[in-house]
Amino acid sequence: MAELRLARRSSSLPLTGLMGVVLLVFVFVASASRDVVSENNKTWRDPAGETRGDSHHQTNSTAHKKAFPVLSFNYEHVKKPFEISLWILLALLMKLGFHIIPGVQNIVPESCLLIGVGLLVGGIIKAIGGEAPVLDTKLFFLYLLPPIILDAGYFLPIRPFTENMGTILVFAVVGTLWNTFFIGGMIFAVCRLEGGQLAGVDPLSCLLFGTIVSAVDPVAVLAVFEEIHINELLHILVFGESLLNDAVTVVLYHLFEEFTHEGTVTVVDAVLGVVCFFVVSLGGILVGAIYGVLGAFTSRFTSHTRVIEPLFVFLYSYMAYLSAEVFHLSGIMSLIACGVVMRPYVEANVSHKSYTTIKYFLKMWSSVSETLIFIFLGVSTVAGPHAWNWTFVIVTVVLCLVSRVLGVIGLTYIINKFRIVKLTKKDQFIVAYGGLRGAIAFSLGFLLTNSKMKNMFLTAIITVIFFTVIVQGMTIRPLVELLAVKKKKESKRSINEEIHTQFLDHLLTGIEDICGHYGHHHWKDKLNRFNKAYVKKWLIAGERSTEPQLISFYNKMEMKQAMMLVESGSAAKLPTIVSSVSMQNIQPRGPARHRAIPSISKSREQEIRKILRANLQKTRQRLRSYSRHDLMIDPFEDNVSEVRFRRQRVEMERRMSHYLTVPANRQETPPVRKVCFESEHKVYTYDDSKSPLGRTAEPDPSPPDAVSLLNESSQRANQSSEHRAKRNDELRAKVPDEKEEQDQLKLSRCLSDPGPNKEEDLS
Amino acid sequence: MGALQSLPGKPEYVDLAETTGFSFEQIGILHNRFKQLSHNEETLLRDHFNKIPDLACNPIRLQIIEAFFDRRNFRQNGEGTVEEIGFKEFLVVMSHFKPPSLHMTQEQRESIRRDKLRFLFNMHDADNDGTITLEEYRHVVEELLSFSEALEKDTAKSIADAAMLEVASISMGHMEPDEFYEGITFEHFLKLLNGFEIESKMNIRFLNMDTTTLCK
Repeated sequence: MAELRLARRSSSLPLTGLMGVVLLVFVFVASASRDVVSENNKTWRDPAGETRGDSHHQTNSTAHKKAFPVLSFNYEHVKKPFEISLWILLALLMKLGFHIIPGVQNIVPESCLLIGVGLLVGGIIKAIGGEAPVLDTKLFFLYLLPPIILDAGYFLPIRPFTENMGTILVFAVVGTLWNTFFIGGMIFAVCRLEGGQLAGVDPLSCLLFGTIVSAVDPVAVLAVFEEIHINELLHILVFGESLLNDAVTVVLYHLFEEFTHEGTVTVVDAVLGVVCFFVVSLGGILVGAIYGVLGAFTSRFTSHTRVIEPLFVFLYSYMAYLSAEVFHLSGIMSLIACGVVMRPYVEANVSHKSYTTIKYFLKMWSSVSETLIFIFLGVSTVAGPHAWNWTFVIVTVVLCLVSRVLGVIGLTYIINKFRIVKLTKKDQFIVAYGGLRGAIAFSLGFLLTNSKMKNMFLTAIITVIFFTVIVQGMTIRPLVELLAVKKKKESKRSINEEIHTQFLDHLLTGIEDICGHYGHHHWKDKLNRFNKAYVKKWLIAGERSTEPQLISFYNKMEMKQAMMLVESGSAAKLPTIVSSVSMQNIQPRGPARHRAIPSISKSREQEIRKILRANLQKTRQRLRSYSRHDLMIDPFEDNVSEVRFRRQRVEMERRMSHYLTVPANRQETPPVRKVCFESEHKVYTYDDSKSPLGRTAEPDPSPPDAVSLLNESSQRANQSSEHRAKRNDELRAKVPDEKEEQDQLKLSRCLSDPGPNKEEDLS
Repeated sequence: MGALQSLPGKPEYVDLAETTGFSFEQIGILHNRFKQLSHNEETLLRDHFNKIPDLACNPIRLQIIEAFFDRRNFRQNGEGTVEEIGFKEFLVVMSHFKPPSLHMTQEQRESIRRDKLRFLFNMHDADNDGTITLEEYRHVVEELLSFSEALEKDTAKSIADAAMLEVASISMGHMEPDEFYEGITFEHFLKLLNGFEIESKMNIRFLNMDTTTLCK
């Protein structure tokens, strides 16, 4: 939007004005579309006045023969999707606006702003006199919540999660139980003491209320914690707890709801409740795991239909969620289990593009969902019927805080006895302070059927949510700074760390075996070996199934580096460490290298190869022809690339030592389906007196990118680790005689490369 | 398994507890294991380690076993290797895997970190010259990958090369084309694994061990 850009250059006042206009449009649409959400009786109002026009046409022509309607208007036809889309669009524009307005981002977390917008919209609607839409429970649980949970589950950092699993489980299960009973019990006591309006509250309702209000909410936690970049341990503790306490919440909620209908509780019911908890949680995980395995198995066969790969991931996961909900199992745990189980195998099977697609779609959907949830929360607050009772609300808020703090402290005391890395006081504070409530509590409250207490409960729940999200959400960032809590380390994973992580794993397993102690590492090692021996064979396609983790990590890293090169393009600096250390610095000094022109040393070869590769990766690719279902590789654009070549060669020479040494020519499937930036390699041999001869497998005159210097050993190595390449049509020529002498210069080049003379400049 | 009564006298334990930092209970458990491994002899040989069945599928078992016989890990500033070790040396090597306790100052944590990283360094630096050369590092990576099939020697080489390059970049910053990076010294090693938080990772729970599992 050009006006936004303009506005940014000037002051932010016109920008805020624009936001206000967007807000007003939002309000109109909201009031017009509330029926979509709340399924009430509607009085449709005209938001933009475009209906006026055509009624004239109609009235004019009724008198005469009915002329053919050139322009007609039929809003009813598209009403529902139109309004939904408009809602979402405006919500996202709001979100966009917050990021553009400078300064706001640092003080107030986004979730608060969105709630604020919701409140504003709701308030305006109410002021106008319309009826605001309320957050429909079905909409929330079936459409808005799953993307967020799937996103969280699919990208769950497995290592810290499993390392801290015990702690997380204790917090989730025992902590939630403690919260429920403490809050429920105390509220009941207070109600008894207070009397009056509150006297009629029975203990079971109080316990039900306690259940709803005590669960830490993953949406709110995600929204707030994402912005404060706290260290991994704390993040996974709070976040893991918010995910796993869903099972407890589900069981307790249904339990207490049943009881309130029945009126009495027996011991048998209590025992059944405990059994139910195990069934719900383990059943949910099982359902998720089954769907996960199915999804992984399906992805094994998708090598010929890459474009629909991401859909499998999404659909299997969503089915897992819905299937679990059918049996009243924990849908959230099912979704998490599905994502966790599916991920390693799917990632090994899908193409790089599909991986990116999955990642971005998940992020996109979860972002949209989150935005909508918070806005709806604000609107529903204004809309819903409220029964404000000072005592009840204040006591609830205070009790939530107190019980959370007490719970965390008490549990940490016990947990620390079993942990190697103990939780410090600072950690405990953050865990306690990070226990935010959110939309799940609201939706569950909305589901309550007992209308007598419902309004009061709902008011209290909303107050707690607002308090935690707004007050705690806003203050957690300065507190984190104040307490100097360790932040997330920003460094990227290096190959050394990966090597040492693996090394340490094996070392610790070995030491445990020497001690004769079947501990944590031993079982993990056993699981890994089982995975490698049996599961991977079934679920991963082709020869990737035997690829060790270190190699796949290394390949991924090479890929990332290469992509970074492509993306940085003509940018001035690379985000890596500037150093001029290159391969030759670390190679042991062998026999003297012949610097005769035809023969170059291996390290030089590698450098040249890198340069060529880097240059050629930058060429712009154009589609040869357009087909909706194919992603074609691009022909080489001679003109543009040549100029850029020359320009960038100098730059590249400067930076050659940044790159990792070995080419990892990861290829994807046959080129027809994919756009390869680092694709087929053609190998030519070159005699210094003659022009380049071609010795290729395919006489295609316009090859896609790519060249690599022939380095036989690396080629062999890459061929072995490049298992997919074997499935390609052999566009890559294999040099039959691999034992060429070092004297003969072997350069491979792409056709558009300017003549051979240029190469000598590099040496 | 608190079979304290059958163990040698307490004074020896006190001494050991002081040097290594283990508690009496832990020392007792480890002593039982020692006797199990050595078939009630006084010293352990490499053969005894080789006979542990679980260790057979560990790709780096040779390095692990060597670490027990490496004088540099005995905290007495010795060098070279020995052929057999007694219980004291066994315990000292094990003490490298003790977790740091909760109430420790920053310097203590730092020294524990150095200690553990030193242990790792010694494992990599097989020829004891104070640096990890490219060859030694390549050997490490090859060992790590030795249990996977379809491995080409050159993949391991390239990974090791890349890793070495990274170390050199981090440690040396700028190097002339003619300079040669000798190898990873201990200081570079420390710098490399700075963010690794090894004091939280390289630990074994000695507290609730039961050594009822068989070794052979």
